[in-house]
Amino acid sequence: MNESIAVQAKNLYKVFGKKPKEVARRLSEGASRDEVSALGTAAVIDASFEVKTGEIFVVMGLSGSGKSTLIRMLNGLVEPTSGTVTVVGTTITDISQAELRRVRQKSVSMVFQHFALLPHRTVLENAAFGLEVQGIAPVERRARAQRVVELVGLAGWEDKLPRQLSGGMQQRVGLARALTAETDVLLMDEAFSALDPLIRREMQEQLVELQAELGKTIIFITHDLNEAMFLGDRIAVMRDGRIVQVGSPEDILTDPANDYVAQFVQDVDRARVLTAASVMEPASAEVSVTSGPRNALRTMRDLQSSAVFVVGRGRQYLGVVRDRDVMRQVKAGETDLRDILRKPQAVSPDTPLVDLVEPSIESGLPLAVVNETGKLLGTIPRVTLLAALGNVPLTTQSIPIMESPSRLTRRDISEALTETVGYEAAAGTEHRTGGRA
Amino acid sequence: MRGSVMSLTSNDLFRLPLGRWVEAAVDWVTHSFTGLFTVIRSLFLALYDAVDWALVTPPFWAVIIVLATLAWYLSSWKLGLGTVLGLLLVVSLNQWANAMHTLALVLVASAIAIALSLPLGIWAARSTVASRVIRPILDLMQTMPAFVYLIPALILFRVGVVPGIVATVIFAMAPGVRLTELGIRSVDREVVEAGQAFGASPGRILRQIQLPLAMPSIMAGVNQVIMLSLSMVVIAGMVGAGGLGNDVVASLQTIDVALGFEAGISVVILAIVLDRMTAGLGARVVTTGQPAASSFFPLEKENT
Repeated sequence: MNESIAVQAKNLYKVFGKKPKEVARRLSEGASRDEVSALGTAAVIDASFEVKTGEIFVVMGLSGSGKSTLIRMLNGLVEPTSGTVTVVGTTITDISQAELRRVRQKSVSMVFQHFALLPHRTVLENAAFGLEVQGIAPVERRARAQRVVELVGLAGWEDKLPRQLSGGMQQRVGLARALTAETDVLLMDEAFSALDPLIRREMQEQLVELQAELGKTIIFITHDLNEAMFLGDRIAVMRDGRIVQVGSPEDILTDPANDYVAQFVQDVDRARVLTAASVMEPASAEVSVTSGPRNALRTMRDLQSSAVFVVGRGRQYLGVVRDRDVMRQVKAGETDLRDILRKPQAVSPDTPLVDLVEPSIESGLPLAVVNETGKLLGTIPRVTLLAALGNVPLTTQSIPIMESPSRLTRRDISEALTETVGYEAAAGTEHRTGGRA
Repeated sequence: MRGSVMSLTSNDLFRLPLGRWVEAAVDWVTHSFTGLFTVIRSLFLALYDAVDWALVTPPFWAVIIVLATLAWYLSSWKLGLGTVLGLLLVVSLNQWANAMHTLALVLVASAIAIALSLPLGIWAARSTVASRVIRPILDLMQTMPAFVYLIPALILFRVGVVPGIVATVIFAMAPGVRLTELGIRSVDREVVEAGQAFGASPGRILRQIQLPLAMPSIMAGVNQVIMLSLSMVVIAGMVGAGGLGNDVVASLQTIDVALGFEAGISVVILAIVLDRMTAGLGARVVTTGQPAASSFFPLEKENT
């Protein structure tokens, strides 16, 4: 077995009902789920995938798409009707219950949607549960659990009972329990779905950090597109029991395998009713076209940005100028910003977020939000877009910094300004033009 | 026409001799397992005698102090005080010895009923087939009038306290089985899955997850078993089990309102004390592991 493959699923079927084997056979011969519905309900149909060691593999699908059944087949909680599952080199689909228990102890642990903690045990005892099952002596398991409890940020809470903890903290205990078991593979079944959006985002970030630190292989189930996009190295999209696409988050967003995936991507955003207008910020890096290149350059220096928006009379959106171009103009003594104006795609305020991703990646600059009359309403930097996709409000007031960090140093700019007109640069770096308070 | 209907209902052709069959079965059991029943009889009798001795031998005030302290420990000082007053009333009614006989019978019968119903409840919770078989038997045991199985109990165990205990056990164990099964079955499926997912054996899952989480329900079952046992004391009195039931039966036979009421109020006092004490025990068992109110509490309530 290839060592870099942590979990492998091959032609997995799970059918509930009277004649599961026959349903699985007919499905593999090409029958549709509806055709065989009289004989049994197919929860998972012909699922095959490989999860690499150290990867976060997200299985995304709406409720009823079979993702919970699929993840439970990966540790044998649900026995597949047919197909094989291999976990860290052991094929678990044809071994005894005792051997299966050993695989669960050593190789694959799980985090549950509703935490599934033992309510009568303390945080530390819960975290040590896996070690207790493995037969580790009390002193050692307490010490090891203690380390992980601290790792997930629950130091000081060891002796509390789960009910004394908030939802987010309870799930940290669930995570600690899974990490303490020191298995290579971590299954996470909608692990953050029961949490508040803010806590959810925090947990997602923590999970990514932990994964980078511990190098676990994580299989994460979610119905939340944003969560999948944030966490997943690769994403499998499930529908009606079948895996319809496996790919990187970019693949899923920009190159959906079929209408369903496209619809799914769209549906999720529509459901959130998020539009450009709802996430845009005031444009601080903004100059009037008549104020000239020197002023534009100074604004860029003050805001440490590599580009500024250029507006005409009545804040009509004209385009963007980049620092290098402006610098060249200043040095050449030219005065008309229109000559170096770039026009990246502007979006209307009611564009859904899903349509902002592509232009935002393409242009590398904040998107300009422009109304029907062409007036610049605001901008959407990429960080803001990502935060909005992750459903986390930005707590900072405004982000004047353009995406790509300025390639010109403050000093370069100041020098250029000084060279052209000596006294202006000395006037002070605090001077702001076109910015907002 | 009318005549023929009459003759039809009384026709021997449609008369199912169920009673005879049962009688034959009881006869067969009696003859085949005499030894077994003798063993059971002496075992139950020894148990009862031991408990009864422990309750009757010390002076009444010593027993009252012990029971009141226990009530205080399990519940509150109020229950402790109530226990003292209630039991003193029993003493003043000259029913103390009877009450202790009854208490001994109730304790022994409840202990046996719980010892039987817990494993049965666990079995029923783990096997749907067992559940399907056990359920109608429990229904039968609970709804069949107690007097009816008193008859074979009398045949098998002879007059005395043992048939009283047996009849009480049969009548009282049903809620114990039911509530144990219900408690284990209603344990959150995800928590049981968590046990499995970490590689715990079924035995460990039962001990460390299912039984602790089912404890509120099981303790409600224990409470019910004790209450139902107490409700059987009068019937046990009819087969010579002694205690308060004996006096109630006697008062019925002699139309003695005074004696009947005095024995009856003693039963009520015992019932209240036992009920409150087991409720307190249940609350203690359920909250075991909770640290004393300390430091600070969660930032937000968990929405379950």
